[in-house]
Amino acid sequence: MTAPNSAMPPSTRTPGSILRSQGPLLDVRNLSVAFPGHLAVRDISFHIDHGETLALVGESGCGKSATSFALMRLLPRGTAVAGEVNFNGIDLFRTDARALRNIRGKRIGLILQEPMTSLNPVRTIGDQIAEGLVRHEKLTWTQARTRTAELLDLVRIPDAARRYDDYPHNMSGGMRQRVMIAMAVSCNPQLVIADEPTTALDVTLQSEVLELLDSLRRQLQMALLLITHDLGVVAQWADRVAVMYAGRIVEQAAAHDLFERPVHPYSQGLMRATLRLDDGTHYSNARLSEIPGSVASAAGEQGCAFAPRCSQATEACYHAPPALVPFRDRLVACRVAVEPSEEPFRAVVGR
Amino acid sequence: MQLLDVENLQTSYHSHGRILRAVDDVSFTVGKGETVGLVGESGCGKSTLGKTILRLVPSSAGQIRFSGADIAPLSGKALIPYRRRMQMIFQDPFGSLNPRQTVRTLLDTALKVHRLGDVTERTRRINETIDRVGLPRTALSRYPHEFSGGQRQRIGIARALILEPELIVCDEPVSALDVSIQAQILNLLVDLKRDLGLSYLFISHDMSVVRYFTDRVLVMYLGRIVESGSYETLWSNPRHPYTRALIDAVPSYDAQKKRTAVVLKGDLPSASQVPSGCRFRLRCRFAQERCSDEEPALRRMPSGQSVACHFA
Repeated sequence: MTAPNSAMPPSTRTPGSILRSQGPLLDVRNLSVAFPGHLAVRDISFHIDHGETLALVGESGCGKSATSFALMRLLPRGTAVAGEVNFNGIDLFRTDARALRNIRGKRIGLILQEPMTSLNPVRTIGDQIAEGLVRHEKLTWTQARTRTAELLDLVRIPDAARRYDDYPHNMSGGMRQRVMIAMAVSCNPQLVIADEPTTALDVTLQSEVLELLDSLRRQLQMALLLITHDLGVVAQWADRVAVMYAGRIVEQAAAHDLFERPVHPYSQGLMRATLRLDDGTHYSNARLSEIPGSVASAAGEQGCAFAPRCSQATEACYHAPPALVPFRDRLVACRVAVEPSEEPFRAVVGR
Repeated sequence: MQLLDVENLQTSYHSHGRILRAVDDVSFTVGKGETVGLVGESGCGKSTLGKTILRLVPSSAGQIRFSGADIAPLSGKALIPYRRRMQMIFQDPFGSLNPRQTVRTLLDTALKVHRLGDVTERTRRINETIDRVGLPRTALSRYPHEFSGGQRQRIGIARALILEPELIVCDEPVSALDVSIQAQILNLLVDLKRDLGLSYLFISHDMSVVRYFTDRVLVMYLGRIVESGSYETLWSNPRHPYTRALIDAVPSYDAQKKRTAVVLKGDLPSASQVPSGCRFRLRCRFAQERCSDEEPALRRMPSGQSVACHFA
């Protein structure tokens, strides 16, 4: 499963991280995840520095959620996982269950997409938050209750002290997601994994929840792994971005660089296909740029998984998957990736 | 004469002894060949409005004139000819296609229900429709679960199209799809509109999609239209604070221009507890005393749009 050429020596990481004396907070190397009959994640490597926000972006089925579950070792039995995940010097894949329990919820917090299904419907939200404090911080239930009220206040739930005894169904979607955030940050984790944290929310709540998450990240000095399909969210909130396609990282760059000049044909296609509020296009004057076909064409592809949908694919693309290699200011997995022209990339739709 | 002319439409639900007005006194029109967007947060009543127009949900007051005839008081058999002319595309094509029917059966059932054509004629229409939505004819003998999300939405579109409707209500047709597939489906809907002269009522919470796809936009808040106008005026010059908030909440793709200010506080109140006066006032930055006493009427502005705000 391991392709040696895609293992990244530290010196080839994106600029910025090289200068740090301290190692990265999370270092993932050659991670592969195989569900029975389906290879979801194929040999990916990335790292997250202390306090930074890394976005994993990609469409459904690209393996971004499988990656986050693999990091927390939450995958169902029967899933094969290979690779190495180093969190602050601890090898998460080789540590025992007991030590892992002291990391999950305490040093790594998790926020999921659908707060209604990830909260227990028959327990009060206060008890659900306090449980972690009692378990990890060794507080008494009385102390935990006080601390929970502070946390609810921290995530800007009005009238926090009185909401302790509410059940999830008493709250709106936005409020429930705030409860999830309070739970994730309750023990001052170093890393929070947020898997599509705002996908189920209205756009008006989306910016509020992300703003909250980002201000908590700065306030509590956490790093954030933001998993999303929404390029707008990535552009606004991420420091660095890894674009995934069919289980592989195809491009990794600083958010600003990626949006200014995407290099991989898939990243380019995604940006062209994305509708923007401010680009002045209307159906009467411009057709949307499509990425032809669907991700299903990646199944069983020996070479580059994107080749069947790629307009620039050559014969060589179908032979072997391209390695993720340094290219100017970023990492790119594409043989034909050529820097476009010198002017900044503009995601105009096809005429 | 407009294709669809809705006047003072009201839809009420009864729940726990209380009356909940999901659609409250809504009036608008959809012209032939026009695409009208309907935007708002979840729970604002936009899906209920779409279903009321198609008479999938009964209205409690008002008129729904389709090609001049008021269909609100009709029921049963009298409605059948209108049902053929108005169809719906749903958000979740998986939930709206019978998993035990092949695509051919799905399409054929619609034709049989409306007694359209003999076997040869029905086969011709099925083939023509499946070509039109960009699926191979081999798809006809397969079941919905064998298709990807985008292909399934094409089947949903085929089922709406096969009856040759004049108006299609699209309820979040691309919200569940990936970006690359979303563009394919929107392009298909544009082609169909141009080739068949369709009219759409396009319900969506996604402002970027509505901005691209529609000619005119209705902004709905707690069961009422708070602003409406042509796409040019509405996007360049939104007048209602709620419309502005919806537009400002869309994340910008400019990584330099980070972190827009939070523009709207709090959640949509329940439709069973509509605030007095202006229903938006609890979340409005500009609310004043007058707003709690007096409900603003939808007024026509010199700039062309209609706005329900005292200070617009």
